[in-house]
Amino acid sequence: MDALLRTVDVNKYFGGLAAVSAFNIDVQAGEIVGLIGPNGAGKTTSFNLITGVYMPTSGRIQFEGKDIAGMKPHAITRLGMARTFQNIRLFKEMSVLDNILVAEHMRMGTNLFEATLRLPSYMKKERRVHERARALLDEVGLSAHEQASATSLPYGKQRRLEIARALATEPKLLFLDEPAAGMNPQESVELMDFILKIRDQFKLTIVLIEHHMQVVMGVCKRMYVLDYGVTIAQGTPEEIQKNPAVIEAYLGVG
Amino acid sequence: MNPGLINKKPSMSRNQILTFAAACAGLALLFVFDSTLDSFTLQIFKLCAINIILALSLNLINGFTGLFSLGHAGFMAVGAYTCAILTMSPEQKEVNYVLQPIVPWLAHIQLPFLPGLLIGGLFAGFIGWLLGVISLRLRDDYLAIATLGFSEIIRVLLTNAQTVTNGALGLKGLPRFTTMWWAWGSAIVITVFLVFLIKSSYGRAFKSIRDNEIAAESMGVDVFGMKVLSFTISSFLAGIAGGLLAHYLTTIDPKQFIFLKTFDILLIVVLGGVGSITGSVIAAIAVTISMEALRFLDGPLDLGFVATSGIPGLRMVFFSALLMVVVIYRQQGLMGKAEFSWDALARIGLLPRRGPKPGKGGL
Repeated sequence: MDALLRTVDVNKYFGGLAAVSAFNIDVQAGEIVGLIGPNGAGKTTSFNLITGVYMPTSGRIQFEGKDIAGMKPHAITRLGMARTFQNIRLFKEMSVLDNILVAEHMRMGTNLFEATLRLPSYMKKERRVHERARALLDEVGLSAHEQASATSLPYGKQRRLEIARALATEPKLLFLDEPAAGMNPQESVELMDFILKIRDQFKLTIVLIEHHMQVVMGVCKRMYVLDYGVTIAQGTPEEIQKNPAVIEAYLGVG
Repeated sequence: MNPGLINKKPSMSRNQILTFAAACAGLALLFVFDSTLDSFTLQIFKLCAINIILALSLNLINGFTGLFSLGHAGFMAVGAYTCAILTMSPEQKEVNYVLQPIVPWLAHIQLPFLPGLLIGGLFAGFIGWLLGVISLRLRDDYLAIATLGFSEIIRVLLTNAQTVTNGALGLKGLPRFTTMWWAWGSAIVITVFLVFLIKSSYGRAFKSIRDNEIAAESMGVDVFGMKVLSFTISSFLAGIAGGLLAHYLTTIDPKQFIFLKTFDILLIVVLGGVGSITGSVIAAIAVTISMEALRFLDGPLDLGFVATSGIPGLRMVFFSALLMVVVIYRQQGLMGKAEFSWDALARIGLLPRRGPKPGKGGL
C-alpha cells in the first residue's frame, strides 16, 4: 500500500546547525505513529517542516503521493493535514466557539460579497458551520463553555479545544505536538482513550510527539526516535524499549 | 432551541424592535439636526461622520487584523485628490492651475460626486493593495515604519506633481458636495458594512490573525491574502473619507495630509478601544466635538495665578494628557474589544432584563 505521508532525506539547517538531518518516515493510513526523543532532538522542527511552517533545506515530503515541500501551511491544511501546538496557540481574544469557526472558514466556500451582504446562501453556510462546530465541541466535552473566552479554560480543556479546532479543518492526517504535556497520569489515560476514539470516529491517521512514555507506548503501534536531528531508531514499542541506542540517548552512556 | 417556542408565530424579537426603533429615532434626529442647526455646528456634526469613517477604517486594520499601519493620511490624500480632480469643473481647474496648466487628459473631465467619490476610494484601495502586497511581509514596527514612509512619499508626490495636483498650491474652490446626508449616509453605510464584515467568517479570520498568526495559517486561513484584503478594504474606506473631507473643506493641499493626520485618527481609535466598532464611533464623535469645544484653550486664558495671551495648539496638550492617562490606566480604551448590543445594555441594568419565557404562550 502507498504511504499517506512519506518524507525522503529531509534536511533542515538553521545556519550551521543541522536541526533535522536525513529524516525519513512513512506513515500508512489509519496508523498512530509516535515521534520521541530528548529535548532539542528536532521533533517539533520535523512537524514544522511537514506542515509547511519551515521550508526544508533539502529533501522531499509527499502527502498522498503529492509533493508538498515548500507549500504554504494553509495550502497544506487544505490538502488534509492539521496540527496542534506544543505551547498551546489558541485565538485568545476569541470565544471557544469562534476558535472552531475560524478553522471552518477554509471549507466553508464563501466569498466576501455574499458574506458581507448576508445573502441567504451565506446565512445557510453560516448555520451549517455553527452546527458542525457545536457538534465538535460536544464531541470533546466543551459545549458548556461555548461562549467562554478560549484562554479562560483550564489547561486540559485548552488542549482539547486545540484538537477540536484541528479536527474542524477535516484532516486525514493529524499531528499532535505533546498532547499530554502538563497532564497528570489520570488525565493522560483519558487522553489516550480520546486519541483512539477520534482516530476511529474521524478515520484519522495520527502522528504524535510525546514525552509521556505511558501515552506513547499505549497508543502507538510504531515509533521513530530522534536525537540531535538524526533518526536513531524505529520500530514497535517493544523493540524501541530494548534498543541500546535509544537507552543511551535517554540515559547517557553508563 | 426551546421546544415550547417552536409553534410561536414568527414575530420580531425584542432586539429587532429596539434596533428598528433606534434606527428610526436616529434618522429623525438627523432630519432635526439638518434643519435646525446653524451652519457652524452642522459643519462639526459632518466632521464627526467623516472621522467615524476614518477611525473605523484604521481600526479594521490595526484593531481587528492586528497590523500596525500608519499610512492612513496617504490613502486619505489619494482619495481626496482623485475625487477633487475628477469632480472639479474645467473652468475651476483653469483658475486653480496658475503655475502650470493641468495635463490635458484631466482638464476636461467632470464627474458627478458619487462616481468621483467611488473612483477616489477605488484608487486608494488599489494603492493600498499594491502597498499591501509589497509591505505586508513585514510585521509590527517594521510595517508601521514602511507604511509611515509610504504616506510621506504620497505627500511628496502630491507636492511635486505640479501638472496633476497643482503642487503645494493645493486645490481651491471645490464644490461643497459633502452635505449632512452625504457625510452621515456614508458613515452609516460603512458602519453597517463593517459590522457585517467583522461578524462574518472573514471577520473571524481577521481576528484569528491578530490573535495568533501561526495558528491561523495552520487552520487553513490564507494569512497573507487576508492581510492584503483587510488592508485594501481599509485603504478604500480611507479614500472615501478623504473624498468626503475634500468636498467638506472645499480646499485641499498636501500639507493637510502629513503623517500627523494619521495620529489624529489613531488617537480616536486608541481612546475608543482598539478592536471595537462601537468604541471608534463614540470616540470619533467625542473627540471631534471636544476639539471644537476646547478651542477656548487656544485663546487668551486667565487662570488667576497665570494668564496667557493665547497659545495656539494648547488644546492639543489636553488630548496628549488624556492619551497618557488612557495608556497608563485603561490601555483597552473606552470599550476594549466589547461591542454595543441590547443584551449588554440589559446586563448592566439600563434595559429591563428578559425573564425566562414560559414554554407556552410566547409573545
